[in-house]
Amino acid sequence: MTAVAATSSTTNKILPHPLNAWYVAAWDHEVTRKPMSRRIANRPVALYRTEDGKIVALADACWHRLAPLSMGKTVGKDGIQCPYHGIVYNSAGRCVSMPAQETINPSATVPSFPTVERYRYVWIWMGDPTLADPDLVPDMHQMTSDEWAGDGLTIHAACNYQLVLDNLMDLTHEEFVHSSTIGQEELSESDFVTVREGNKVTVTRWMHNIDAPPFWLKNMRDKFPGFEGKVDRWQIINFEAPSTISIDVGVAKAGTGAPEGDRSQGVNGFVMNTITPETDRSSHYFWAFMRNYCLDSQLITTQLRDGVHGVFGEDEEMLQAQQAAIDANPDYEFYNLNIDAGGMWVRRILESMLAAEGRLVASA
Amino acid sequence: MAATNIETWQSATVIETTPVADGIARIVLEPSLPLKAEPGSHIDLMVEIDGEPAKRSYSVVESSDDGTRLVISVMRAPLSRGGSIFMHGLAVGQRLEITQPLQNFPLRVGAQRYILLAGGIGITAIANMAAVLKRLKADYTLVYVGRSRGAMAYLGELAELHGERLQVHVDDEGSSLKVPELVGRADAGTELYMCGPIRLMDAVRRSWVERELDAPNLRYETFGNSGWYDPEEFIVRVPKLDLEVKVPQGRSMLEALEDAGAEMMFDCRKGECGLCEVRILELTGAIDHRDVFYSERQQRLSTKMNCCVSRAVTSATGSRADAVGPAVITIEPN
Ligand SMILES: Cc1cc2nc3c(=O)[nH]c(=O)nc-3n(C[C@H](O)[C@H](O)[C@H](O)COP(=O)(O)OP(=O)(O)OC[C@H]3O[C@@H](n4cnc5c(N)ncnc54)[C@H](O)[C@@H]3O)c2cc1C
Ligand code: FES
Ligand code: FES
Ligand SMILES: [Fe+2]
Repeated sequence: MTAVAATSSTTNKILPHPLNAWYVAAWDHEVTRKPMSRRIANRPVALYRTEDGKIVALADACWHRLAPLSMGKTVGKDGIQCPYHGIVYNSAGRCVSMPAQETINPSATVPSFPTVERYRYVWIWMGDPTLADPDLVPDMHQMTSDEWAGDGLTIHAACNYQLVLDNLMDLTHEEFVHSSTIGQEELSESDFVTVREGNKVTVTRWMHNIDAPPFWLKNMRDKFPGFEGKVDRWQIINFEAPSTISIDVGVAKAGTGAPEGDRSQGVNGFVMNTITPETDRSSHYFWAFMRNYCLDSQLITTQLRDGVHGVFGEDEEMLQAQQAAIDANPDYEFYNLNIDAGGMWVRRILESMLAAEGRLVASA
Repeated sequence: MAATNIETWQSATVIETTPVADGIARIVLEPSLPLKAEPGSHIDLMVEIDGEPAKRSYSVVESSDDGTRLVISVMRAPLSRGGSIFMHGLAVGQRLEITQPLQNFPLRVGAQRYILLAGGIGITAIANMAAVLKRLKADYTLVYVGRSRGAMAYLGELAELHGERLQVHVDDEGSSLKVPELVGRADAGTELYMCGPIRLMDAVRRSWVERELDAPNLRYETFGNSGWYDPEEFIVRVPKLDLEVKVPQGRSMLEALEDAGAEMMFDCRKGECGLCEVRILELTGAIDHRDVFYSERQQRLSTKMNCCVSRAVTSATGSRADAVGPAVITIEPN
């Protein structure tokens, strides 16, 4: 597509999603021997494990009459049987037996999608399978590292995936959306730095010598019982294409050297987010909160997961309302603010990926 | 990826046509709705035969990443009804109606080992697969067989690209392929993809079954026009419809029955689905089964045939010497 299309779609309201990329299809524990269905990038996918525990992802529509394979059962070591007329497919999506005939129609296959199990997630590649390089799975190593502990959940967000990315790339919204937990006015007052490198974007914000908001005060007291006083607070947002954002967040006792690199007098968390387009107007939003202190405390793991779940519920509500307003006002445009720099770089990167796939369409 | 049979028609301009082997033309097309062609895909296009439009299929030998250039290669078919002759007569600048790439022969990424087998013009369906496997640094062997070097397209290019991985067998050089030996090299982790004359593919299928290899790991595409014997004229009788129809050399039994007004059931018209099956009541001569729907056992029984591709011949030995008049077959359609 042309450069003109690229610029005019910079604030595309419904951004298409690149297909030549890894997206999270599910948490590792969700996929079992019993097939499940999940729509990913507009396509229903049947997911199950083979007898050996390997992940299988097939188009959830039988070659014959498109009945959903996920309603069928796993058979043999790695196969799945269509619930309707009994065609059996192997883990590569190849028909291995057909009802009432001695041969197999050579075209009887369903698409099988490459998968990788990594960082407690099942990643799936919906585009050209010859490009599915496992080294391209976005970095979420905190999910499985010994130095971090935590857990997370999935939000079904009723909005285009890019709206979630926008939300996470600019945390000034915390002051307004999350005023009771992590919001504070210093957020919109403090300066931030945006850096783009290749398919990554980083937005860094430091707030010096401030009062810790309730969420962070609790965390400080978990590590430093009875803590009182001012803190230095940081938010370092790391985006990696197509849709993974890990946010390095924390506070440390004010003036103890955290901005210079000594975080020993503070608490540090990583908000891990990875967003999978479900349809053009809905997303699977997988998140977790990982921390590097009190690693053994299941209590803190659960408290943090539930606390963050509450915070993200506020985002979910806003995102859904935003998508509804976008759809209700098709003739209105998006305008951009200075705080959108991070999100705008994300769009730029996604648009160049879409252009490379020949799928970038000018904003309607 | 899997089969795509949704036909999206578009126009395309011929931007190059060059001979690449005896009787084989390489034709470069520029489609109006470009879409990258996956390995194993083909396009359908409309040819003109005696002023009448007809549909033919051609595998995509290569395509540019953005799909704006599609390369096909067409062999001038012996006993052609005219499709391949029309294709050979194309001139640069001429426009054609073509579909976007269709897919019945997808390559699966991730097998431990691959054997690609191309017989003659079948190289068109295999060449792109080989190129992709090379790019993926997969473990593959490309076996290319033909009657004579002069009739084998792209030999030089393939040798350059695939080096040691290319094995060439040429009948008139006495280096014909030994099928059991080739299949003997396959193991449980091997996928074999082939496209070529039905005799070659039948031999591979037989070896594959004998060695008890997994059926789904043998992948093939039929061009739907080759048999064990040369096509002959034969007679079909359909008592139920009170019909007697002559099937000329250049027409299929299905077409001849349709021409005579019989309402026939069919889908693929290339011997894969079994929907055009008819029951054989009586036969003088033998059946040249050209389908891949029946097992060998069923083909030997010859109580039924798929009339889109299979034909009757006078002699099961293929030699015309002992032939007496045309074969006659009496059938009951489904
Ligand atoms: C998926 C697919 C991919 C293909 N790819 C290629 C390709 O890359 N290159 C290429 O050259 N061809 C390819 N073909 C074959 C091609 O579509 C045409 O069949 C071929 O060009 C011959 O067409 P024709 O009209 O010239 O000859 P036809 O009249 O169709 O005759 C061709 C041959 O078929 C036999 N025959 C004739 N009439 C009949 C009949 N009625 N029934 C059965 N057999 C008959 C004869 O033995 C003759 O030698 C492909 C076919 C398919 C289905
Ligand atoms: S729909 Fe699956 S076998 Fe018929
Ligand atoms: S129509 Fe499919 S086998 Fe004849
Ligand atoms: Fe938020």
